[in-house]
Amino acid sequence: MKIKILIIIFVVIMNISNASSNDVNKNEIFKNIRCLICQGQSVADSNSDFAQTIKLVVNDLIAEGKSKNEIYSFLIEKYGEWIVYKPPFNGPNSILWIFPYLVFVIGGVMIFLLLNKREKR
Amino acid sequence: MKIKIIKIFTCIVIVFIIGILFFGLNKDSIYNTKGLEGSNIRNIKLDHLTKNEIISEKDFTKKGFTLINFWASWCGPCLIEHPFLIKLNDEPSLQIIGVNFKDKKENALKFLDVNGNPYDLLAKDEFGKYSINFGIYGIPESILIDENFIILKKFIGPISDKDYIFIKKIIKNS
Repeated sequence: MKIKILIIIFVVIMNISNASSNDVNKNEIFKNIRCLICQGQSVADSNSDFAQTIKLVVNDLIAEGKSKNEIYSFLIEKYGEWIVYKPPFNGPNSILWIFPYLVFVIGGVMIFLLLNKREKR
Repeated sequence: MKIKIIKIFTCIVIVFIIGILFFGLNKDSIYNTKGLEGSNIRNIKLDHLTKNEIISEKDFTKKGFTLINFWASWCGPCLIEHPFLIKLNDEPSLQIIGVNFKDKKENALKFLDVNGNPYDLLAKDEFGKYSINFGIYGIPESILIDENFIILKKFIGPISDKDYIFIKKIIKNS
């Protein structure tokens, strides 16, 4: 009996977490898509005709079981990289992704070297 | 020695940041469709405006070039480009497909009755969803493709005199 109750609780928790994660994904996608006819607004923030249509299409694609990256790829293919706020990781964009980490590592090394030098003095 | 390396690193980082800011600020921040020219349109599926039919890739290959024009009876600028579409309809190697966008069928047909019908095929996009597959974000918008469905040019806004000459030139040169 206890095992059955545990299984039911587990299934319910899994369903709730799945449902909430779908919601988060949808909003996350809307926030990352640029409204092309608005001034600095994402599709999530805009009520324009274009934003409404994009929302309908994204909802359809989610219902078809498409992943977040597949949805972004589809929209990038149709509108170019400008449609997404977060640029995809590819050749020309790789520097944008790697640079902050590079600065972080170089900065760390520099601080370490400076502290090391001060200690030796 | 270590201090020298640190100084060089700092300079490189500063120059790099200034470089990124310089190029970033000089970059055109207005959306343009130039990057989409040369790409391919796939999975074409449109509802026919008057018949209970689906328009797909097989309907596009009858002539050398296809101009897909997104229009509506409620769209003022569509009226401006309409005479150019009528003139382009005379081109034997150009097929014009009109996609009626978020419109009422009776209004669309009335518009064509009054202003003439330049379209070889008439499709409809009742909710605007199909237009996303063509990268449309407003109307009027037109896409010139070749028989391999490769985008030769996207025309944002009404087709102008300049665009009309450009289309004629492309068709002639083929």
